[in-house]
Amino acid sequence: MRKIVKYVVADILRNRTVLVYTVALFAAAFTVFSLEDNNSKGVLSLLNIILIIVPLVSIIFSAIYVYNSSEFVELLVSQPLKRKTIWLSLFSGLAFSLTLAFFAGVGIPVLIYQPNLLGLTMMAVGSLLSIIFVAIAMLATVIIRDKAKGIGAAILLWLYFSLLFDGFVLFLLFQFADYPLEKPMIAISAMNPIDLSRILILLQLDVSAMMGYTGAVFKDFFGTYSGISFSILVLMSWVAVPVWYATRKFNKQDL
Amino acid sequence: MIIASSVTKKFGRFKALDNVSTTCNKGSCIALIGPNGSGKTTLIKSILGMVVPDSGFISFNGKNIRKEWTYREQIGYMPQIGRYPENMTISQVLSMMKDIRNKQLGLDEDLVKAFGLPALLNKRMRTLSGGTRQKVSAALAFLFDPLVLILDEPTAGLDPVAAEILQEKIIAEKEKGKLVLITSHVLSELDEMVTGVMYMQEGKLLFHKSIQALREDTGEEKLARAIARIMVK
Amino acid sequence: MRSVLTICCMLSCFFAAAKTITVGKGRAFQTITAGIAAAAGGDTVLVYPGIYREKNLLISKSLVLKGIDFPVLDGEHRYEIISVKASAVTVEGFKLLHSGVSSLEDIAGIKVYDARDVVISNNILNDSFFGIYIQNGTNCIVENNLLTGTAKNEQQSGNGIHSWKCDSMRIIGNTVSGHRDGIYFEFVKNSVIWRNKAQNNIRYGLHFMFSNDDMYVSNIFENNGSGVSVMFSKNIKMFSNYFAENWGDASHGILLKEISDGYLQGNYFEKNTSAVYMEGANRIRMTYNSFRNNGWALKIQASCMDVELERNNFIGNTFDVGTNGTLVQNTFNNNYWDKYEGYDLNKDGKGDIPYHPVSMYSMIVEKYASAMILFRSFITTLLDKTEKILPVLTPENLRDNSPLMKKAF
Repeated sequence: MRKIVKYVVADILRNRTVLVYTVALFAAAFTVFSLEDNNSKGVLSLLNIILIIVPLVSIIFSAIYVYNSSEFVELLVSQPLKRKTIWLSLFSGLAFSLTLAFFAGVGIPVLIYQPNLLGLTMMAVGSLLSIIFVAIAMLATVIIRDKAKGIGAAILLWLYFSLLFDGFVLFLLFQFADYPLEKPMIAISAMNPIDLSRILILLQLDVSAMMGYTGAVFKDFFGTYSGISFSILVLMSWVAVPVWYATRKFNKQDL
Repeated sequence: MIIASSVTKKFGRFKALDNVSTTCNKGSCIALIGPNGSGKTTLIKSILGMVVPDSGFISFNGKNIRKEWTYREQIGYMPQIGRYPENMTISQVLSMMKDIRNKQLGLDEDLVKAFGLPALLNKRMRTLSGGTRQKVSAALAFLFDPLVLILDEPTAGLDPVAAEILQEKIIAEKEKGKLVLITSHVLSELDEMVTGVMYMQEGKLLFHKSIQALREDTGEEKLARAIARIMVK
Repeated sequence: MRSVLTICCMLSCFFAAAKTITVGKGRAFQTITAGIAAAAGGDTVLVYPGIYREKNLLISKSLVLKGIDFPVLDGEHRYEIISVKASAVTVEGFKLLHSGVSSLEDIAGIKVYDARDVVISNNILNDSFFGIYIQNGTNCIVENNLLTGTAKNEQQSGNGIHSWKCDSMRIIGNTVSGHRDGIYFEFVKNSVIWRNKAQNNIRYGLHFMFSNDDMYVSNIFENNGSGVSVMFSKNIKMFSNYFAENWGDASHGILLKEISDGYLQGNYFEKNTSAVYMEGANRIRMTYNSFRNNGWALKIQASCMDVELERNNFIGNTFDVGTNGTLVQNTFNNNYWDKYEGYDLNKDGKGDIPYHPVSMYSMIVEKYASAMILFRSFITTLLDKTEKILPVLTPENLRDNSPLMKKAF
């Protein structure tokens, strides 16, 4: 397995897109920190990068990469290798490369300007989001065989997680404003990895506001060790479940 | 060596393989012939485990290949269109395959040398012409000295000299007692190589005969003509 | 007439030769009670180190009671340790432990009854019910005391420094923690609270009720249950105080409720859930205050009128201003808002387009508290931007017409 991961990573890292992505992240992160005279505004811009750009690039790049390497996968399948190994290697290679790009692009500026718990949370959340959206992309590609349709689906999935889902939640909030919604909201936020990640960062960034009545409910939950473990577990399962299902599907797939 | 029994595969409504049963033994070179879309490639892919049959099974050296993968160590496969990671050089592809197969010694590098690949080792795959890629594919199929060679349209895209080299190599390997499976549209080049013919149509295996039996049945010396005669019937 | 009397009294003290009486092991007196009994008005009672369990020390003469190296007075959880019932008394340099606790009476470590010119300084009070309690005092000084309470809940705890019906008080340099309210003023006028520190008190760091014409300057209020509360008072000046980390739903740096003619200048608010919360406040002027990293820098209810904000800095707050209505009768001018995205073409240091400090999302959160969970998501950012272009929910006239481009100070 490690062998194939090595080749996949080597191949992706030579890819110009990843290089451009890394440099763009780096430039963006540096600019937002150095343009603003206070770091908290820079952190806000960075938050948008992490919650919007990172998932977008991860899901689309992964989808395109998997489609483009279908012949390579075919070549590997004809070799004495387990399908599971091939698929998981592809996943690990993509996840590793995109996380590495994220770390190189965002990690260095964050280390310089925000070497604290907030910076650390952002790094952790950003890396997890990178991996989650690789997993989701791979699930999409294994279900949809057509490249154009698959990439379209990847974009729609991104739109769903970053915009439509929240619109739906906002709608629910307004409709059921008379009911105590704090606890259901925690459960609902678990259904969207971007929301969950955002809340984890909010607890660091807007801790004062989060201590208000409703915020305190979230803080009481997400701020405790069991809450943090829950969040990490949920984020992990956002990786594990799609990967597991996609691997199962790939195992039975005709190439 | 390879036994297929009642293998059926559907892609949607389309029956790519319809109850195919056959046996291929070592020391033979079998041509897989049929019109486009007759299921040749699907059969090959089924043997390689790339396509999973809906029913029936295929066994390799007496073992069902379903959920098996180690048997592929014994197979060298040359696909119709070989596509490789575009940013890799030829030498990187070669060493990657050696690495994956975990075999560094006892390699058969005849074709690598015969095709003049050593001079191109540092070229990236995306810069190669289709023909050169075919050469790489062919070289890779033979590189690990496998017991079975499966060649899908091996000479398509190759220049006549390279095609000639490949044919000689195939004959030499057959002589060594290996099993070679070839699909090809260029029937004339098969004459010298094949010992048997499998003819497929609409997913069905119409016959699997030795070349002598075919010549006797049709009264034609040339394979191309013999097949033409069958198709006319 | 009274002032003539005072002068006579002072003169008589001056002429009578003041004695010094010593109390301690191997001294003239073994107990403080005996020492006080032996002293006359104007004398000094010096107490040497040791542990004194003398139930209640009653001081009814104008004398100086002074501890050397903090002699310990133990109230054994039963007694009011020192009761001052005479004017011009000084209590200095004691360590008071374990005052009594009562739910009927306000038992204190040191309690002053109807007196003037009392000085209570440099004492350490641990585990008192009320710490220093001045009832009906005039011109008293409470200075440099360290009060550490062990309060667990609001019902069974007393305030650190409690003043009731007083005039011209000076509360200076005390440190109060672990009480119900750090410093409590009720019906107190013309008084100054200066350089005190109130931390980790259960309810408020400082609590004002019905107290007019007072001033508090350069105090630190940190981590109290719900900050500082100024209610039903007039003419309060609040200068250069520091309010930090007052966290919780009903928690705020400072609550201004039903007060008028207040003046806040040079205060620093950091990391409070809401830094300033105003309800029914009139004619409040706020200048040169800093608001940093608060949940809400300002929560201003529609019941407020004529609140003026000028030259304040708003930096890194989650929400700058929150409000519950659309009618606004308050003015904002020349403040610095870090969220301002306007421009300054004529280079006069002031933005050319107004700043609306109430974001749409703060209005939504005000109405639907659970919406906080969607804060800073893509969709809410979009909504906020749309609202900026086409205001629907936010009060159009709540705005700073000339926001500063650079920090006000």
